[in-house]
Amino acid sequence: MVELVQLLFAGLTTGAVYALVALGFTLIFQASEVVNFAQGEFVMLGGMVTVFAMKAGLPLPLAALLAVLVAVATGLLLHRLAIEPAKGATVVTLIIVTIGASILIRGLAQIVFDKQFHALPAFTGDEPIRLLGAAILPQSLWVLGGAAAIVLGLWLFMERTLLGKAVRATAANRLAAELVGIDTRVVLALAFAVSAAIGAVGGILVTPITLTSYAVGTLLALKGFAAAMLGGIGNPVGAVVGGLLLGLLESFAAGWISSTYKDGVAFLVILLVLFALPQGLLGRRAVERV
Amino acid sequence: MNRRRLIFGAATASFLLPVAVVAAEPIKIGSFLSVTGPASFLGDPEKRTLELYVEKINAAGGVLGRKIELVIYDDGGDANNARTFATRLVESDKVVAVVGGTTTATTMAAIPVLEDAQIPFISLAGGIEIVEPVKPFTFKTPHTDRMACEKIFEDVKKRGFTKVGMISSTAGFGASMRNQCLKVAPERGIQIVADERYAPGDTDTTPQLNKIKASGAEVIVNADFGQGPAIVTRNVRQLGLDLPLYQSHGVASKSFIDLAGPAAEGVRLPAAAMLVAEQLPDDDPQKKVVLDYKTTYESTQKQPVSTFGGHAYDGLMLLVRAIEKAGSTDGVKIRDALRATKGFVGTGGVVNMSPTDHMGLDLSAFRMLEIRNGNWKLLY
Repeated sequence: MVELVQLLFAGLTTGAVYALVALGFTLIFQASEVVNFAQGEFVMLGGMVTVFAMKAGLPLPLAALLAVLVAVATGLLLHRLAIEPAKGATVVTLIIVTIGASILIRGLAQIVFDKQFHALPAFTGDEPIRLLGAAILPQSLWVLGGAAAIVLGLWLFMERTLLGKAVRATAANRLAAELVGIDTRVVLALAFAVSAAIGAVGGILVTPITLTSYAVGTLLALKGFAAAMLGGIGNPVGAVVGGLLLGLLESFAAGWISSTYKDGVAFLVILLVLFALPQGLLGRRAVERV
Repeated sequence: MNRRRLIFGAATASFLLPVAVVAAEPIKIGSFLSVTGPASFLGDPEKRTLELYVEKINAAGGVLGRKIELVIYDDGGDANNARTFATRLVESDKVVAVVGGTTTATTMAAIPVLEDAQIPFISLAGGIEIVEPVKPFTFKTPHTDRMACEKIFEDVKKRGFTKVGMISSTAGFGASMRNQCLKVAPERGIQIVADERYAPGDTDTTPQLNKIKASGAEVIVNADFGQGPAIVTRNVRQLGLDLPLYQSHGVASKSFIDLAGPAAEGVRLPAAAMLVAEQLPDDDPQKKVVLDYKTTYESTQKQPVSTFGGHAYDGLMLLVRAIEKAGSTDGVKIRDALRATKGFVGTGGVVNMSPTDHMGLDLSAFRMLEIRNGNWKLLY
């Protein structure tokens, strides 16, 4: 029982980060069908900018705010300088553009910051909380709570605001959205900005647990993408489900099967799911809309 | 091409021209290092050290009355580049010996070239396969991961424990050290009761540590460097595991203590004397060498000293000593002199080479440290 709870929380915490990255993928994919492989870099920027802003003397809330702003600015620049000029290019080309952008951002971070690993102090102390015998870091609760708040906020935005409805309209049918007067360029820029903000917040929340460096984005992008595929790319609920599930798979595979092959086990399960449900767990039935 | 040629000999000689006799040609020493790329944290201090000390040696009159000319190439951590540069060092630069090879991979790639040309080669990389089996012209200065395992197990036994839970990274250094630890454990009377792994970049090792806890291990040994050990250390504390934790020499830098924070208290690790230079007792043979190197490096380079630069210092000094002893720049004669090295005190330890031991270090080269109050404490 103790072990179960411990593995559960380990998996949920890791999974919450994957879920946030997957959510970022989903938002941009919905608005543009582009899979933005620079998504992991937003998480990196969130952590790294906060670390360095705090080193420069800013208190945590201000440093975190600055980090989100930097990430959003990066997201908007990415859209303006890389995606927008390539308008009309095939989706594959756009994906390659985002991979290039991620390499650029990583390289810049390496020069602007450094190549070392950095930690942030936990928001509310390091003393583990005992829950049913398992030891849980308070920061894990921050990560889970933060991720839940983001998902809820995003849902409200999409369902309850005009702008959110415009995003959904663009996702459903871009041409029709343009015909009813929605500026899809603004919607796309917005998708990049919100994705960047979500990634950055995720990065800030997990850095006290996972540490950060200029290079953490690559692996997160990969895992987040896998999570998005598992949940069904394009579906925000699917992204969250996929992320949490991937985290749990890794954690239980490490605890119960073999820590050497835990990533293998996780990816094997993903493959099996995709064989049975090619559109992912909660994805829409394949609709031809190339 | 990122080709770098540094001709300190020539530069210094031009200043000294009026006084010095310009008869002898400089002695060419070659090097290929991973100054850029993922291993740059190793290669950069190595390059700085070689340049710094060649300049010093030349200012003091050189070797055999001749200046040293250093030829350094940056292989960027790529084994293919290393091999190309080794070939160039042999064929176009015609160096008499090579001190370099930042990583085990770049070293192994260059060995066939240098062995063929019968050029003495002192590697700065850790892997035991460099000198085992012994190759006629290949030597190395750093400690091996096998020695780290032996040192740790020695301490484990000393504290009266025998059951070890291993947790290691699946990547290069961690994987290699894990294999060595598994190999030497039976010889040292140690029982490995758990053997857990994690992938590089993993951010939570509590599932693995839980299994170690359940395995009845009395101590935990973590083989890895970089971010992994900091996370393992934090996780051990998070779970409230009351088991002694050992790290490897891979974390022997201040950044580990910063990253792991208060969780690092009480962690033990084997490390080179450099880390605790000031704490060494006055009668320690290494104290003077290590302190001298540390002050020289830190005052000229304006950055904290690392054990890696020390490996380059040891390599260069071993070579210079051997050339002087051999009284010649002939490859075979230098090799014979290197092999006969006895009682050389370097930053890595006291070196006693032999035809069957091309590293020459024993367990005394490693010190056992414990982290106390956020700092290293020399135990013995």
